[in-house]
Amino acid sequence: MTSCGKPNQDTTGYTKTFPVESGGTLIDATIGEPSGLIYMVAGESAAAAISGNIFNKLLKYDKNLDIEGELAESWLISSDQKTITFKLKPNLKWADGKPLTSEDVLFTWKLVTDENTRSPYASDYQLVKKAEAPDSNTFSVTYDKAYAPALDSWSGLQVLPKHLLEKQDIHTTAFARNPVGSHYYKLDSWTHGENLKLSRNPKSVLGPANIDKLITRIIPDNSAQFLELMADNIDSMGLDPIKYSRIIPARPELQKKLALYKELGNSYTYLGFNLKHKPFDDIRVRKAINYAIDKQEIIDGVYLGLGINIASPYKPGTRWSNPELKPYPYDVEKAKALLKEAGFADSDGDGIVERDGKPFAFEIITNQNKEREKSAVLIQRRLKDVGIDVQIRAIEWASFISRFIKTGDFDVVVLGWGLGLDPDQFSIWHSSQNQPGQFNFINYNNPQIDALLEQGRLELNPDKRMKIYHEFAKVLLEDSPIVYLSAGYGLTAIHKRVKGIDSPAPPAGIGYNSHEWYIPEQLRRAETGRNEIAEK
Amino acid sequence: MLKYLVKRVLWMIPLLIGISLISFFIMHLAPGDITNNEAAFNPKASEESRQKLRELYNLDKPVIVQYGLWLKRMGTLDFGNSFASHQKPVFWQTTDKDGNVTKGMIQEALPITLMINILGLIITLSLAIPLGIIAARKYTQWQDKSITLFNFIGFSIPGFWLSLLLMYWLGVMNNWLPISGLHSINYESLDTWAKIKDSISHLILPVIIPSVTGLAGITLFVKNGMLDVFHQDYITTARAKGLSEHKVVYTHALRNALLPLITIVGLSIPGLIGGSVIAETIFAIPGMGKLFFDSVLMRDFPVIMGILTIGSTLTLIGNLLADLAYAWADPRVRRGVVRN
Amino acid sequence: MNKALFKKALSNPLAMVGFIIIVSVFILAMLAPFISPYDPNDIDVKAILLAPSWQHWMGTDGLGRDVLSRMLHGGRISLLVGLVAVGIATAIGIVLGAISGYYRGWVDTLIMRLVDVMLSIPSFFLILAVIAFLTPSIWNIMIVIGLTSWMGVTRLVRAEFLSLSGREFVLASRTLGAKDARLIFTHLLPNSLTPIIVSAVLGVAGAVLMESGLSFLGLGVQAPQASWGNILTDGKEYIQFAWWLSLFPGLAILITVLGYNLLGEGLRDALDPRSNNK
Repeated sequence: MTSCGKPNQDTTGYTKTFPVESGGTLIDATIGEPSGLIYMVAGESAAAAISGNIFNKLLKYDKNLDIEGELAESWLISSDQKTITFKLKPNLKWADGKPLTSEDVLFTWKLVTDENTRSPYASDYQLVKKAEAPDSNTFSVTYDKAYAPALDSWSGLQVLPKHLLEKQDIHTTAFARNPVGSHYYKLDSWTHGENLKLSRNPKSVLGPANIDKLITRIIPDNSAQFLELMADNIDSMGLDPIKYSRIIPARPELQKKLALYKELGNSYTYLGFNLKHKPFDDIRVRKAINYAIDKQEIIDGVYLGLGINIASPYKPGTRWSNPELKPYPYDVEKAKALLKEAGFADSDGDGIVERDGKPFAFEIITNQNKEREKSAVLIQRRLKDVGIDVQIRAIEWASFISRFIKTGDFDVVVLGWGLGLDPDQFSIWHSSQNQPGQFNFINYNNPQIDALLEQGRLELNPDKRMKIYHEFAKVLLEDSPIVYLSAGYGLTAIHKRVKGIDSPAPPAGIGYNSHEWYIPEQLRRAETGRNEIAEK
Repeated sequence: MLKYLVKRVLWMIPLLIGISLISFFIMHLAPGDITNNEAAFNPKASEESRQKLRELYNLDKPVIVQYGLWLKRMGTLDFGNSFASHQKPVFWQTTDKDGNVTKGMIQEALPITLMINILGLIITLSLAIPLGIIAARKYTQWQDKSITLFNFIGFSIPGFWLSLLLMYWLGVMNNWLPISGLHSINYESLDTWAKIKDSISHLILPVIIPSVTGLAGITLFVKNGMLDVFHQDYITTARAKGLSEHKVVYTHALRNALLPLITIVGLSIPGLIGGSVIAETIFAIPGMGKLFFDSVLMRDFPVIMGILTIGSTLTLIGNLLADLAYAWADPRVRRGVVRN
Repeated sequence: MNKALFKKALSNPLAMVGFIIIVSVFILAMLAPFISPYDPNDIDVKAILLAPSWQHWMGTDGLGRDVLSRMLHGGRISLLVGLVAVGIATAIGIVLGAISGYYRGWVDTLIMRLVDVMLSIPSFFLILAVIAFLTPSIWNIMIVIGLTSWMGVTRLVRAEFLSLSGREFVLASRTLGAKDARLIFTHLLPNSLTPIIVSAVLGVAGAVLMESGLSFLGLGVQAPQASWGNILTDGKEYIQFAWWLSLFPGLAILITVLGYNLLGEGLRDALDPRSNNK
């Protein structure tokens, strides 16, 4: 019975090479259903994954994370560095056949900065003082002062069609569930709570993709998703370290059909101190904790070795990451000495150090993320070794944010930050960004860092900019407002019927060329219903 | 009968107000609001844009004003639009000026949950009644004991655990049943017969697992009901008159034992609706439970309020129907002789 | 509750089994700190996800912690959640039911309407909403389960009081001028105790299951604290691989809940006058 579910899958075929051919269907799954496919107002990752296949941006990052044109053929930065002029590629078309022009880009900019548009991404575009579309192929933006992250921001804005959205309310428009874009795919159907089906857009501005249909199934439970992957009902799924390095390798039948990919993750996990709370205002205490935490143990124990130690808040190996910085080593003696220096000593012999009669105890809070929870547990044990009593609480996301982060009512958090491709981290570290709801919720305030962040935003020369951010990372590491725990790898399983995937993954990750992936006809899923398959 | 009906319906109004009060004020225990969902916690989101959101949804008004506004809308069955899901209407579809119809969230989710629960209830009853009869007739014998034990095990097992085991066994190891979802991917391209088969195969696990766990209560109820009836005078009389055991059981005893079952079924509705959360999450079914859970996590107040109200109203309607059915089946109630 | 009744209940083999199960589970949980082979929170990153063996009878979890030790300690939490939640529900139920059944009149009407309202809101929705909105902690979980499951007891106590207050011994002491409190505490309450106990025993079963369901949704007892619900939830991701992570807590929940249900139903049967003449 087991084998008859997979009629034309000659397992040996998975390792054979096939010529590139178009056609076939790729099925993946998402935990949450997108709220809509207009990314600037939807915002959640489920929406990003799908709308990214439907809409184009002006610019994009290539395989090696250099910026290149997507809708734009070229761009020019004025000599005062305040104006960027984009030239669009010729003869761009929307999927409905209407021409795509700079008017559309201008419209999209107006839309995202419109005061009635509630977009979480507006702030970058609000810095644009003037935007123009002098002719149908040209779009230019002018900033008050040079803004280095500008190009990055234009690689994030999905361009929307003016002719379909003009005079519509962006928050209620039916377009969000029935979008028309210009990218490789277009939305065919969206069955609420079940799936979204995309098919190739024949008018794609970047030429046709290979795979005919992309189907995203909505499967809210992770374990159910994995069962579907095992049963060959979905083709790809993100994995946790245990599935990646223990479960799949232990099962020959899964190994036979699933290829595993590992790429440098897009985020890192950290332990952050509330710098307004004593004793975390004391750099010796922060450093002591940094030395007391065994990061390698976290990488081995939580990520099963599938992560790396970092010393700056950038993707390792990219130009922004300072190669000279080394993470704090695990050094219990140093930690103890620093605590002693800061006035902590175990005077009553209970194993917990005190200062002014008060034992050093605090609570680590984190959201419900298995890796973060586990990291916290390991940290708890290591801090106990140096006489610090730690409690842990894992809290559901919305109350985590509102109860603790916004109110500043926390001692220590274990959380993650995404590793953006632009080095600007003004909103996370600048001392002006510490209001409730802003991202410097640890209340970091270091004039040297503030100055570097401001400088970095103004500097467009990549080499000079790199130096600024190398310096920034160095100061940050020395000051230790957070402890870098690990940058975990992104782990994915993709069915071996899918060919054309770069392995090992390039810096941009395996998905960068998904339009070139293909599924040889011989390896495709049978197009018949599964009941009929079972009867054969 | 009509007077009774009117009385029962009017009686629902204070209950509805009570329900709306409880659900509204419980929700305002909540720290945090829609502006805290994960998407908003993005380095690029500004606090002003969130403040704007709050004003738009009246979240900045005093609680009592918000309640008033909401109660007003509830009267017209307008639960507003979802905060989180791109302004979809909470309850029923709306048509915009271009004639685009946007379906309501509850409108989409409710039929699915109702269908699964009604099927489940049918299965539960069609198993529980015979099991209850057997247990009553073989009271204290091994049949009774094994039925009781089996039921208790079903009743005591964590549902999601059983679901995962069965999904793995039936879905992955043997490939007999689909694992999750309501339809196969190629559902549209199937012919009618295959569509029906496809739907049934997708529904088997989500319908049967809750039925197994719900079996115990009803079986026990039928059994006890039958035992009660067995010892009443008219059954003894019937037996004494020499009626066959079969006739005694199936015409006299069963009829009387099943009467109170109507009420029990009515009372089980809130449990069924509430229980759908876990099953729908596991089996990827876009019903009320899944919708409610998502909305709670997103702090999507209008949807939470809508579901609590509609769910409770359904319960009230279910109880009303049960009472009416009871009244219809038992003439004494109609005449107001006995009640409670 | 009188001894004879209890004896009678235990003469029912199913109830006896239930009783034995619960007593043994309690003994194991009480002795957890002494009989656990390891510290339940002791991490060993070199021993992640080991299958059951002589060193680790129930294997190890994703952080190399001993599952048996976590099961034993988790049992304390699961049982505590069940008992406290039901304790709260029963206390509220007794107070409201007693007031309702004793004083009648508008108080009774008010309380009974409140019961009706609470019963018509799907209780799992209510629990979910409240738990998500409060900061999750095991105390909040107990309180919320308690606050949403008192209605049955209230009705029960009220009914008992109503029926008892017509009985001779109550009427007699009332005519003798007994105070309300005395009447309630010495006559009415003790005589309603048995059905309350039955419903409480059954309630614990429900609360233990509820905790595991909440854990499944990520709203139960929080890590790193062990409860059967969250060990099971941790294990569900790897159910086909690390079967020991879900089998043992699943069985523990099943057996404990079964024990409570068997005992509860056994007691109910014993109380039931009908079973006297069979």
